[in-house]
Amino acid sequence: MRARTIDAFARLGIGRALSSSLGLVSGGFLILLILVALTAPWITPFDYAAQQLGNSNAPPGWPHLLGTDEFGRDVLSRVIYGARTSLSVSATAIGLSVIVGMTLGAAAGYFGGMFERAVMTVVDLTWSFPDILLALIFVAIIGPGLTSTMFAIAIAYLAQFTRLTRAQIVRLKRETFIEATVNLGAKPAHILIRHLLPNAVAPVIVAAMLAIGDGIVLEATLGFFGLGAQPPTPSWGAMMSSGTAQLFLAPWVIIFPGLIVAVTVIAVNLFGDELIRALNIRDRLRGT
Amino acid sequence: MIVRYSLQRLLMLIPVSVSISIVIFLIVHMLPGDPIDNLIRVGSSPQDRAALAAKYGLDRSLVVQYFVWIGNIVSGDFGQAIVLRRPVADLIAQNLPYSLTLGALAFAFSSIVGMILGTIAAVAKRPAVEQVVKGFILFGSTVPGFWLALLMILLFSVTLGWFPVSGAKTWSALVLPVLTIGFGGIALVARVTRVALLDVGHEDFVTLLHAKGLSRATILFRHLLPHALVPVVTILALRIGWILGGAVTAEFVFGRPGLGSLLIRSLGQRDYPVVQGCLLMLALAVMLGTLIGDILQAAMDPRIREAST
Repeated sequence: MRARTIDAFARLGIGRALSSSLGLVSGGFLILLILVALTAPWITPFDYAAQQLGNSNAPPGWPHLLGTDEFGRDVLSRVIYGARTSLSVSATAIGLSVIVGMTLGAAAGYFGGMFERAVMTVVDLTWSFPDILLALIFVAIIGPGLTSTMFAIAIAYLAQFTRLTRAQIVRLKRETFIEATVNLGAKPAHILIRHLLPNAVAPVIVAAMLAIGDGIVLEATLGFFGLGAQPPTPSWGAMMSSGTAQLFLAPWVIIFPGLIVAVTVIAVNLFGDELIRALNIRDRLRGT
Repeated sequence: MIVRYSLQRLLMLIPVSVSISIVIFLIVHMLPGDPIDNLIRVGSSPQDRAALAAKYGLDRSLVVQYFVWIGNIVSGDFGQAIVLRRPVADLIAQNLPYSLTLGALAFAFSSIVGMILGTIAAVAKRPAVEQVVKGFILFGSTVPGFWLALLMILLFSVTLGWFPVSGAKTWSALVLPVLTIGFGGIALVARVTRVALLDVGHEDFVTLLHAKGLSRATILFRHLLPHALVPVVTILALRIGWILGGAVTAEFVFGRPGLGSLLIRSLGQRDYPVVQGCLLMLALAVMLGTLIGDILQAAMDPRIREAST
């Protein structure tokens, strides 16, 4: 059941989403970005950390296509390495969030009662807070850095996955095939893992993809506040943070990392929208 | 009926605010670092340390500290800022007006412009107009706010010299921060307006209005827009925390005074009482927004109040 659902999801959803022109462009960009992040050491024109103080704040041109920053480091190479940081931090954080959120949401939806109420109260508490505030509190507790950025992103979007999974489980629990499985004497764990979760997974995966986009923005924002990636780690947000001091002198240090964040998030949203359409799950994503 | 529902929602806020206050109290005490370190002179004796801790009540148990704290807050005393050495209530009172002005202007700005854009997108039958507005909605709801703020500084302050880069002395200093927060809000309001107008456009009574021979403009302004207004106000009230989040970013980028910048600065200085006060105020604003949004939603949709009683 599980294998078939996920397989069908991949075949149907991604295939159909890529077949529209918007889906092809946005999906293609995302695939390219992932490839660039994976192959960063081989395709960067310069060492991302190499300083050339004599060539600081050079405008875009040859050989530094996107210019250099205040230490004379190549902006293009740093943007390429920044893709590694941004994508991996956001994807890891959302992965963590999905695992915890699905577990909590499935248990709450399946068992109901006081347990459900307790979980949903706590989750709704975090839901009502703006993500940046949650992240700031979290970063303040464990200190600035990528680890706390990851936890902050994971906590900020946890509520979404818990609510979504719970809504799916509650809806599925009423279906006849679940009733039949219960009557056949299946154990709760078997029903949850083999029947409920595989059927609930598609909207969660799409929501997770969209959340990775939001996570990239949150990571960039924290980096910009100086609370995320610490130097010399290249990160889109941190690049812009150190760029503010040279805002008037070298605006390209801010323009290009921000542009790549914007384009990435827009691509994630466009592709997510195509996936939602391809899988026909708009109703299941709504109202949670 | 609606009064009963409102009272019910108000009562439900009590346990929520108690748990929020406990979380805020505990979170702040889990922060690393000791605030006494920021106060005491190097080489002071342990006795001096203990005396200072006693003065600020940091030597008592957490439970006692919580009840003392909550009791004081109920009577309007937010404690004494440890680093800034002033009553927290004063600091909040001093910074709150800046945040409120910014928030209110951003709220008004994004509702008005957003509704206009959303209406255009819904009414214009030409796909080109719709595509442009839809593109703007996507752009505004995804692009990081601080980056837009920096781009606007580059364009309007550096190149054109229209508005100051930072500060809060003049009214013109408000323009860019309001735009920063408002931009995402516009996208949200435009999206909600568009969907609401399209939804209500399919209702039977609208067909009847058309059959009666009313002009399209009359139908739009007298009948459709009032319907669309309620979900817009609701979504804005529910997303008030999001405006506050935007305010934190805007205050940071533009160096404005306000609750957000006070919070970030105090987090850095580990000034517990100020952090607690700011978080409490922000949480209160979020809860009030949610309450207003819920009540508005119930007022327009009887199914919601039926379901919860």
